[in-house]
Amino acid sequence: MHELSIALGIVKIAETETRKAGASAVEKIELLIGSLSGVEQDALHFVWPMAVKGSVLENAALDIETVPAKARCLECEREFDLEHIYDACPHCNSYFKNILQGKELQVKALEVV
Amino acid sequence: MCGVCGCGNTNGKATITKPGENALTIEAHQHHHGHEHGHEHHHHHGKSVLELEQDILRENQLAAAKNRGYFEAKNILAINFVSSPGSGKTTLLEETLKALKDEFPCYVIEGDQQTMHDANRIDALGIPVIQVNTGQGCHLESDMVYEAVKKLKPKENAFLFIENVGNLVCPSLFDLGESKRVVIISTTEGEDKPIKYPDIFHSADLCIINKMDLVPYLNISVEKIKEYALQVNHRLQFFETSCTTGAGLDAWLQWLREQIKQNA
Repeated sequence: MHELSIALGIVKIAETETRKAGASAVEKIELLIGSLSGVEQDALHFVWPMAVKGSVLENAALDIETVPAKARCLECEREFDLEHIYDACPHCNSYFKNILQGKELQVKALEVV
Repeated sequence: MCGVCGCGNTNGKATITKPGENALTIEAHQHHHGHEHGHEHHHHHGKSVLELEQDILRENQLAAAKNRGYFEAKNILAINFVSSPGSGKTTLLEETLKALKDEFPCYVIEGDQQTMHDANRIDALGIPVIQVNTGQGCHLESDMVYEAVKKLKPKENAFLFIENVGNLVCPSLFDLGESKRVVIISTTEGEDKPIKYPDIFHSADLCIINKMDLVPYLNISVEKIKEYALQVNHRLQFFETSCTTGAGLDAWLQWLREQIKQNA
């Protein structure tokens, strides 16, 4: 359950950037979270109100864009979608792969006032 | 910071202690600091969108990069041991230190939520050690390692063993600046841990299967553990060890010696 710490990291980024921009609050925050990032979105939603209380994010709308995981097979070189990190290539059944996307954990944008 | 395994305490503090000395308290990174100071404040009117694309773990990654540069410059081989609690990390570390301490300078950072127990075990071997107590935190972070290394003042051409907090989930996300990440699984934990907790196996360079002496008493296939682990991370290398009988330790020690020579 590291999602609270992830949420607190987000609060810190939002506090810093909002003040840098001379703004006082965030109306909307956009996050990019890869499906293999290790962060459970349900858990993040659960801890969110506790983490943002008293911060610039307190009344912000939380908009999470999930980045689906993709890999390239190192045997047949084809790209495929991954549900689990241990999925095999659906074309040749090889486990040898490089993950192309799905590990993202980013604050994409803040809408500040 | 993973501070808070659901308990809601956001005042995560880690303490860094050398056996026999007073503790240094540091604020765990990424906690909410309330106010930022010293920035120029522009006047702001109306609504605007800040396109950030900023990694949430950026602070940890920056401090990890600083650690890594320091380790490379001094040819320090930093090993980050990760595993669930009770896999035998500390015992494996004790056996490793006994074998290597006359060949190379060795240093240890111990991570646990509470107690000086592990640091005292390492201290008893005459190895310089720092205990990091993370309090509520369930993993080490790179700034804690940075503070601990400053106290250890390691020599060049040395080993630094970092024993992470026993946890198969959270430490996987936090780069400490280590040279190699070693995941330990003991045979009593079951075959399917690598696919139940894939992130930690995916982020590791090496997998040690420990407590091999217990295999005859368990309904477990070591080959199956490897098969699952390779599904998660096809680059993983394996060692099979028993700290009770000493079996398999030589191969692991030889690997360590080769790594530090390659680095030099």
